[in-house]
Amino acid sequence: MAKIKTLDDLIKMKDEVQSKIKLRENSDHPENLIQVKVGMATCGIASGAKETLKYFVEETERQAIDAVVTQTGCMGYCYAEPTVEVILPGKEPVVFGYVNNTKAQEIIDKYINKGELVDGIIPISFKTIDE
Amino acid sequence: MADFKMHVLICGGTGCKASLSEAIKTSFNSTIESCELEDDVQVIMTGCFGFCEKGPIIKILPDNTFYVHVKPEDAEEIVKEHLVKGRPVERLLYKDPKSEENIPTSKGMDFYKKQIRIALRNCGFIDPEQIEEYIARDGYMALGKCISGMTPVDVIDEIKKSGLRGRGGGGFPTGLKWEITHKSQAGQKYVVCNADEGDPGAFMDRSILEGDPHSVLEAMAICGYCIGADTGLIYIRAEYPLAIERLKVAINQAREYGLLGENILGSGFNFDIELRYGAGAFVCGEETALIHSMEGLRGEPTFKPPFPSESGYLGKPTNVNNVETFANIPVILNKGADWFSSIGTENSKGTKVFALAGKINNVGLIEVPMGTTLREVVYDIGGGIKDGKEFKSVQTGGPSGGCLTKDFLDTPIDYDNLVAAGSMMGSGGMIVMDEDDCMVSIAKFYLEFTLEESCGKCTPCRIGNKRLYEILDSITEGKGKEEDIERLKMLSNVIKDTSLCGLGQSSPNPVLSTIHNFEDEYKAHVVDGKCPSGQCKALLQYVIEEDKCTGCTLCFRNCPVGAITGERRAPHFIDQSLCIKCGVCYEKCKFDAIELV
Repeated sequence: MAKIKTLDDLIKMKDEVQSKIKLRENSDHPENLIQVKVGMATCGIASGAKETLKYFVEETERQAIDAVVTQTGCMGYCYAEPTVEVILPGKEPVVFGYVNNTKAQEIIDKYINKGELVDGIIPISFKTIDE
Repeated sequence: MADFKMHVLICGGTGCKASLSEAIKTSFNSTIESCELEDDVQVIMTGCFGFCEKGPIIKILPDNTFYVHVKPEDAEEIVKEHLVKGRPVERLLYKDPKSEENIPTSKGMDFYKKQIRIALRNCGFIDPEQIEEYIARDGYMALGKCISGMTPVDVIDEIKKSGLRGRGGGGFPTGLKWEITHKSQAGQKYVVCNADEGDPGAFMDRSILEGDPHSVLEAMAICGYCIGADTGLIYIRAEYPLAIERLKVAINQAREYGLLGENILGSGFNFDIELRYGAGAFVCGEETALIHSMEGLRGEPTFKPPFPSESGYLGKPTNVNNVETFANIPVILNKGADWFSSIGTENSKGTKVFALAGKINNVGLIEVPMGTTLREVVYDIGGGIKDGKEFKSVQTGGPSGGCLTKDFLDTPIDYDNLVAAGSMMGSGGMIVMDEDDCMVSIAKFYLEFTLEESCGKCTPCRIGNKRLYEILDSITEGKGKEEDIERLKMLSNVIKDTSLCGLGQSSPNPVLSTIHNFEDEYKAHVVDGKCPSGQCKALLQYVIEEDKCTGCTLCFRNCPVGAITGERRAPHFIDQSLCIKCGVCYEKCKFDAIELV
């Protein structure tokens, strides 16, 4: 283990290790962050939702987007799996269908980064009890 | 794989460990492996979450799901359902006692809503055995800032400005203490951390040391820098093996990184920390006794002045602070004195950690801003009294404190209000009592504790407390006289005025405060020969109500001393001279025919 010799070294080290607990810090106040929920029921997993989840985690990490990527249960749109729900802070949730890696990239680049809607939105026709 | 997608936090406090949290961790790891999730899910053992009543506790992130009463065999279900498929395991969620609804996250729980966690900021959040996780949470940043850019006087001013007062009980302003030790002239000085937590039912300091040991180490180094000491000593009781273990790991890691030792962060400041073990004597929480114990002498207090800040360990100026006080320091320096002093009341700033225990639904560790009322603590956070019983009293300040009645439920908790109410802050034990608790017996219980823990050096404490105990004992045995109440008061005041150290000076407090707040209960014992809450067996009688008794002979057959007589199908009688008040008849009777009077 290398010694930390100066305050700058300490700050540098903090930046390096911060990603280890970032997930925990972010989940303390998810309402201020971009939330990405990947449907991971049997149908979702069979259609490749694991890949999609992994892609979202890595890509948001790479672009340093403050997003909480979680898995969730079946959203009911089994015909359109993998499905991904994205909630931008202060906005209504939007659900995307058939999200493979290419689609995920498009969602990140256009919707998450610029707020532009992309094709493949599933209209939400239900209310949840949270609302 | 860049990072873990999910974190499983398992409580590794002493309480949850005793309920097999270690086995839960093993079970999680093996199931995660068999599901091939080891690259996606990280399992972390953390410090105490505080909600000990519901332990062992598991938290799943990022969705913040809070599982309670988890058993090792539940791990498989959580992994296969929640981690793989994203479906929370409903049966293990916390159920709100009022609405009976499952609450998936800690945010929604009344237990956590009113809490602000400063001293406990990292407990249940980081792995206490990984210094990197502490550093990621701004760890050692305050120390770095102090030693590379601030003078000791600057730092002391900042602490003074924050209004932080000692969390060990007395409430002495921390900044002022540091200043006095800073001004003492000597070649060698010491920083001592008092981790001799001795109040019955208190476990605040233990939980901080178990859950976030580095915060205490960092603060001790900062204190060393301020007062001009290069050695820190942690006096911890040997009964805290897990806290000791985690401290050892933490000290070694800090040394390896050069955050303890010589020339810390290239500033030329040297500081190292050692552990000293106590044998668990209550009096050693008193600072002079603590210092003597560390020197290898008897753990007996000596008269103050001189205060340790002038002449302490080995005759050198020594700054003694409590664990919780230290845990506040790094945050104050990182976030600023103004931020800290914006929390709390006028003369008590910040938060206080309490160990909630007794007849309360949510036993556990809580941290609330100063000025929170007892009602909020007992009813909102604590979830009210067990089994829907009536609240009677809350005891704060341990054996040195007092009992507060329901009249004080709306008093904002701070140092001065508690003293004005006849109790004290103490280190933070809070024991809740219900209608079934006899206040004379409570006073007797605390006195029994002090009696055993008195070091015996000075007469008022050694003999006075013994006499107090004997009077209380005779009252609970039904042999009390009316004048006993006055005698108790007089003797208590003599002991308070003439004892050498804090232990004796405060040991009669439970007696005085119970007499003050519950005098009718004392009177009921000595005048009417009754114990209103039905605890003092000598004052009770089991009586059979004739019209309810069916003569089933069940009580007759179960009475161990043959005190019950009666014909079949005719009312029975209890011979009071033979009855040993074991209560078997009372429990066995199917017709509620036996009454306690």
